Amino acid sequence: MKNEWPLWEVFIRGQHGMSHRHVGSLHAPDAEMAIKNARDVYTRRNEGVSIWVVEAKHIAASSPSDKGPLYEPSASKVYRHPTFFDIPEEVGAM
Amino acid sequence: MSTAVTSGDDALFEFLCRMGDSTLVLGHRVSEWCGHAPVLEEDIALANTALDLIGQTQLWLGLAGEVEGKGRDADKLAFLRDGWDFRSALLTEVPNGDFGRTLMRQFLFDAWHSIYLGRLLKSSDKRVADIAEKASKEVSYHLERSADTVVALGDGTEESHARMADALAYLWPYVGELFAGDAVDAAMVEAGVAPDPASLREEYDALVGRILEEATLALPEGRFAHKGGRDGRMHTEHLGHILTQMQWLQRAYPGCTW
Repeated sequence: MKNEWPLWEVFIRGQHGMSHRHVGSLHAPDAEMAIKNARDVYTRRNEGVSIWVVEAKHIAASSPSDKGPLYEPSASKVYRHPTFFDIPEEVGAM
Repeated sequence: MSTAVTSGDDALFEFLCRMGDSTLVLGHRVSEWCGHAPVLEEDIALANTALDLIGQTQLWLGLAGEVEGKGRDADKLAFLRDGWDFRSALLTEVPNGDFGRTLMRQFLFDAWHSIYLGRLLKSSDKRVADIAEKASKEVSYHLERSADTVVALGDGTEESHARMADALAYLWPYVGELFAGDAVDAAMVEAGVAPDPASLREEYDALVGRILEEATLALPEGRFAHKGGRDGRMHTEHLGHILTQMQWLQRAYPGCTW
């Protein structure tokens, strides 16, 4: 029998209109307790208006060893950055 | 036997000390888990609960000092009164025991606390109603959390179930005191400040019974109740030990701040 509670990843939305951000992880026996634990561990200083928890095993992640084929090709594609346009001054900050 | 107080500010002072001393002593008890709870998440959750209770104490005893009008603030009342002047319910004084007993005590207290504060929201004394409003939000969370844990442990393994059953048997005789009214309560009812404690019993038994059933534990039938905390007549032997630890710094270094 496994005695460790599963690991949950915690996402908190700081204000209305912002997106949830990953803030850390914790252990809990189920989703409901994970939200309560997240409330106690991560919102003590008034950080949040909404909490998401996801059991860590349900998160699929890219493999660090694939980082060459995944990310390097985009390094040489300067034309993908919209930096070749003259922006009229009246437009202001973009 | 404490002096009979039946009217005016004396009774209000007593009532406020009863509220503040119970939250103070329980807050101190719960804080004893800090750094010792079985898992990090529970450790932080218990510390949050303890801090909420100490925060409520500041409000109750702060108002008590104001009502008394002798220049004592919440700190003076908390740290410079002797055991016989405390008005904490006996349930809050009993030792933590294991984690299960701590959470069972928390649940039995939270259930009473949430119902009582709910009534205080309609207090004729606006200062009391305001404290109740702030405290009741914290306490509904405490209750949700402790009830969940009682269910999880009661309806858990054979061992956790047995420990929760033991905890309930040990703590139940301390529950009755919360519902035993006296002259102070009568004066508070008369003034519309607070409800008659006995009038909460039915709602309490229904709430506690529902959670215990979910936890596969039975609501005890016994109505025997240890008494003497709320009226200060006879505290448990544990209160003195709590006070020694809680008050030693102000006693050894009077007026010390940091």
